[in-house]
Order: sequence, then C-alpha cells, then structure tokens
Amino acid sequence: MDFDYTADEQTFREEVRSFLREHLPPKSDRGKDFIHTWLEKVRAKGWIGFSWPKEFGGSDGGLIEQAILKEEMALAKAPPLGTSFMGLAWVGPGIMKYGTQAQKEKFIPDILDSKVTWCTGYSEPNYGSDLAAIQCKAVTDGDCYVVNGQKIWTTGASWSDWIILLVRTGFDGASKHDGITCLLVPMDSPGLEVRPIENMAGDKHFAEIFFTDMRVPVENRLGDEGEGWNVTISALANERSSIGEVTQMFDKLDRLKILVKQCSKQGKPASADPIVRRTVASFEMKIAAMKYNGLRYLTKQIRGEPLTSETSVNKLHRASLEIEMDDFALQLTGQSGLQLRGGESTVDRGVWSKSALNWPNVVIGGGTPNIQRNIIAERILGQPKD
Amino acid sequence: MNFGFSEEQNLLRDQVVRFMTEACPMTKVRELSNTPSRFDADLWQQMADLGWLGLTIPEAYGGLELKWVDLTVVLEETAAGLCPLPLVSHALSCAAILECGSAAQKSQWLPALASGEAICTLALYDDPNWIDAAAIKATANLEDGKLMLAGVKPFVNDAMSADYFLLAVYGPDGLALAAVGKEQVTVTSQPVMDQTKAVGSIDLNGVTIAHDQLLPMSPDQLSYLTDCGAVAITAEMVGAANAILQLTSEYAKERIQFGKPIGQYQGVKHRLAEIFVDVESFRSLCYYAAWTVDDARDELPRAASLAKGYASDAFAQIGIDGVGLHGAIGFTAEYDAQLYLKRSKWARPMYGDSDFHLDRVATLGGL
Repeated sequence: MDFDYTADEQTFREEVRSFLREHLPPKSDRGKDFIHTWLEKVRAKGWIGFSWPKEFGGSDGGLIEQAILKEEMALAKAPPLGTSFMGLAWVGPGIMKYGTQAQKEKFIPDILDSKVTWCTGYSEPNYGSDLAAIQCKAVTDGDCYVVNGQKIWTTGASWSDWIILLVRTGFDGASKHDGITCLLVPMDSPGLEVRPIENMAGDKHFAEIFFTDMRVPVENRLGDEGEGWNVTISALANERSSIGEVTQMFDKLDRLKILVKQCSKQGKPASADPIVRRTVASFEMKIAAMKYNGLRYLTKQIRGEPLTSETSVNKLHRASLEIEMDDFALQLTGQSGLQLRGGESTVDRGVWSKSALNWPNVVIGGGTPNIQRNIIAERILGQPKD
Repeated sequence: MNFGFSEEQNLLRDQVVRFMTEACPMTKVRELSNTPSRFDADLWQQMADLGWLGLTIPEAYGGLELKWVDLTVVLEETAAGLCPLPLVSHALSCAAILECGSAAQKSQWLPALASGEAICTLALYDDPNWIDAAAIKATANLEDGKLMLAGVKPFVNDAMSADYFLLAVYGPDGLALAAVGKEQVTVTSQPVMDQTKAVGSIDLNGVTIAHDQLLPMSPDQLSYLTDCGAVAITAEMVGAANAILQLTSEYAKERIQFGKPIGQYQGVKHRLAEIFVDVESFRSLCYYAAWTVDDARDELPRAASLAKGYASDAFAQIGIDGVGLHGAIGFTAEYDAQLYLKRSKWARPMYGDSDFHLDRVATLGGL
C-alpha cells in the first residue's frame, strides 16, 4: 500500500499541468473559438480516448495515468476531453469490441476527432429500470431493418448526430435478454422524430424519439442479431475510475464552505453552528470515502482482480451527495437561496438554486439508487433476485 | 500509487483468519467473556509466536518492524471474531513507548512487549466523553524527590490482564505518561455492556513512582496517540461490521417467510446493500488513515477523524439493523448477532465519537 505516486506518474502529472498552464486560458478568456482549438490540442496529445488501444487511435494509457489526467483536468476546470460523452464512454468501446472493420473505420476516428456526437437510445416509456424488456421493434426487410416504436429520456437527442439504439428483433426467446439487437442510426434518418422534453429545471436536455418505419441498413447493426444485451453490458462495464468526479465534488465542497462562511443562522455565524459544521464535515467524509473507494477499485483493476459491482457503492454516495449538498446550500441561504439568476438577492449567480433542481441527471441517469442497491445485494452479497 | 494489500499482507490475513477459526472461535470468545480478565495466556503466547505482538516494534527491540497497515489486518480479522484479547491496548502501548519513551525506556520495555512476556495498556482521558488535554485529571507531583500520583483513571481498557499501565497525568513539567506496575495500584473491574471487552478503574492516590517511570508527552503526542487509538478501534470496527453483515446476509438467504427468502424483499436486501456501502467506505477511510500513521503523519489527524467519524455512527446503526433484520432470534443471548451490536456501542465513544471527529474535520477543513 503506497499512496505516493511513482516518478513516472509524477512526470506525467507535470506534463499535464504544464500543458494546462500553457493552453488553458481562465474561464473568462475562453472565446467562441476556444473549444475548437482546445479539442485539436488535446487530440494531438492523444488525450481523447487516452485509454483506447493505439490501433484505434488511442494512447494505450494506463489506468493510473488516466486517473491523473482526469484529476488534473477537473482541478483546472478544463472542458471535457472530447465532445461526445456517450461516444467516448459507450459507443466507441462497444464498436472496438463488437464492430465490423468497416464500422471501426467509419465511426471511431470521428468520435476521437469530436466530429460526431452520439446519444444512447435505451429507455422506453414502459421500460426504464427494466431495460431488458424493451419493445421498440425492428424487423428485417431485404438488407434493412424497419424500426417502429419509441424511446424516451434520451439525453442530448436534440443535438446528437447519431444514436446507438436498442431494439427488439426476437419475440419468443427463452429470456427477455434474448432478441435484443443494437443498431447505429443517424439522427436525420427519415421516420425518426425528436420531441424535446422540458425538465423541472427548465432545460431541454432530454427528449422522446419516435420511429415510424425507419429503415436502417443491416451493415449498421453492432454485434450479431440478438446480441444487443451483451453489447450494452460490455459498454456499462467499461466505466472507469470516478476520480474526475470526486475532484469536482471536492470543488463543490470548497464552494459550499465559502458559502457557509458568508452566511449567518439566527443572527450568528453559520460556521459556528454545530449542525452546519457536522453536515459539511459529513459531506467531506463521504466524498473522501468515494476517493479512497475509487483508488481501491482502481488498484483491483490494475492487478486484474475481478471487479464485481463495487462501482455501485460510489454511485450511491454520489446520488445522495448530489441531492443533499445543493439542498443544504438552499436551506443555509434561506429565501435568498430561492432566487434564480438575475434576482436582487440571488446567491452565487443562482448556481445552487439551479443545481438543486438538476440532481436527477446524475441520480436517475445510469440506474436509480434502488437499482444500485439491487445490484449490490444480488451480485456482491448473493441475495436472491427480486 | 497502489491502494491494495501486498502478498505478505494477504498471507498475514489468511493466518489471522485461520487462527480465529481454529484457536479462538466464538465458543472460546464466550468462554473468555465469562472471566474477569477476558484473557488467555496460551492464546497470547501463540500470538507472540506468530509475531503479531511485535508487528510495529523495531527489529532492534525484537519486533518485526512492520507498519500500521499490517497491524490493521490483524485487528480487523481478530475483531471479526470478537477476539477479547488486549491487542489494541498492546498496540497503543507500543506506539506510546516508541513515541514518548527515552532510549532506555524503549530498551527496557519493548522487548518484553514483543515477546508477549509483558502486557501493557494505555489510558488517556478521565472524562467519559471528552477528547481534550483538559479531560486528563490525574496528576504526578514531586514530593521528597519522588513522584506522587493522585486521581483515579476511570476507563482503563484491559486493566485486569495488564502487567503495566501507561496512564496520562499532569506531571511537574506538564503532560506525561506514568508507567505503573499492577502491583503498585488497585484495579477495580467494571461491568461493561460489551462482555468481550474488559474495563477497569485504577486508583492512583498515594502511589509513588520513580522518575524513570515518567514519559513526557507533548500535546501533539497526545493527539497522535488519540489518532492511533481511533485508527486501531476503526480497524476493529471494519472487521466486526463486516462480520455481522455476512451473518445477516447469510440469514436473509435462508430464512423463508411468505414463501420466499427474506433477502428477496427490497426492505431487507436494500438495507443489506446500504450496510455494504458503509462498511466499504469506512474500510477505505480506515486503510488510508492506517497508511498515514507511518507514511504521511501530517495527514493523520484528518484521515483518522474521517474514518472514526464515519465508522462510529455507521457501525452503531449496522449493529442495530443486524439484530433487527434477524427478527426475534437476533435478540437472543445464544445467537451471536447481539454480541456485534454490543461491540458497536462499545466502539462508538472510544477515542472520540462522530460529534468529536466530524467537528474536527470541519475545523481542519477551514470552518
């Protein structure tokens, strides 16, 4: 056990830091063209798709180096490495594992070059947590699949170029997991209609998608017919260390402490209130637990030991922290905290009142807390399935 | 960066698990719990022979010169079986002598501790729920060239099995540890909720000690020993909490109600999952804190407080829910779940509860 970084790891961290010093202007100086230049530069460094194999245009980066990269990027508040979160996290790894040569050549470079943005068509109106029961239907007609049905809660559907779509091609399989197929579909396909949904924070991040006799060439199928569930699971398993998000949460904690020092409670400094102090310390305790849990799991991965479903542990911490930290900021700031951006008494330009309504992005997306509890109870503790 | 145990540490863990299964199973623990000292000389000698008693003692004094991370492995696995022997007291005594003792005192005491010949315990605070130098009331005053002790140390862990006591006092030059032999004092055993732990009070009034029986202790050293105590107790909490989780989890798979194992109901399985989340989390914080003892001492105060702050409340609730999820069987004296609940109560105030540690986290974090 050794928390010190090796000389090579330190050198890599220095390389990232000096790159950031040179190429990342402060937020206020980031003009319209900044993001384009930024993406070209980090791409040239090989930091987009850092852990991907070199044959696919990645850097074969190690897990520790990847964690260092994410940590330093988060510390510097740099924009994301690449514009297609879904493309990098799910689609790219799925194509590398299950794709045809033609698919690899067609899709992978565009993801790395930030030319194409992907969204993921998983949930349906009647099947969210019970994903394997999806009903959106695809039947073969010549060299095409004809798709009819609906998806919902698709984040980024309005501005994505492509969608990775789970459809049902088999209807009489022994298990509901059989008969699911994965298709790669351009968002401008005839027969595909996007209807944005406004969320409670007033944003339109997600959408419904309707498919009416949409034709998808068979060559756009990812993996074999009926293999879609495995493709999805392998993409889920590709999730890596949470070190970047831990860094962001420590940053949020720091902002919360600044807020505490500015606030009073019943006319006295809030920072002297035992409940306030205890609450903030318990946030720190959970974020620190996420950090060291993450490092333990990272070490397991590096050693090639099986990681069962331990990442659900940090997802549960993150879910409760996302809700509780913003809510605590609102409670602390009383009626000022309720004012949105632009109000006379608005706190911190409205970031708390905004994010206090945005937690479902993190808490529900990618599996609700109750699903995470099922995963831990069943896969780690061996409890019988529901 | 590497946050995992070494091959040697995994072998050590296997060795402790085997020892607990073969030499100190629950029948033995219950047998020892009915004795005043909770001590077994034969088991203690076996531990000494395995090297566990000299784990953190330098080789020059007959120890293995390993680290607190290694010690954590032993404490975690012995506590999984609620081993009543004074391992924590022993480890803290070693830390105190290494930290505060002179070269002569180290040479005098450490070899006997490493070999198991002498058993020693440490008592710092005299207030039931206050971690502060002001909570030390006992004194050592100069009288006729000798040191005259006064006061009562009310909470001395493993007092009935120890041969020597290291007791925090205010001496002529400030804080110090008085090293006292059992024949010099009156030890009164105290009845305590967790029958696998022994606690006694020690009456120091009228006891005189020689100057070389006093180890000067700075406020920082007091704080360091408190943090070591918090780390050691948290290591025990990791082992004990995981043990009652496994016990309850296995029971939930076998107990059939309404035609199904109760572990199939989300009211049961979700609570088990949450317990897992908590044990994993204070486990990680505990391992990190143990690493800081030897390798990043500046970070020890915050790391120890994060770990003990988390474990204190989480384990207390795990103890309650471990018993509660069992239903009536968990309430019986014969079933082991209740012993873990009692351990969770015992561990909570030791070297600071969550109120103390979380407030310290707030202070260290700039509030």
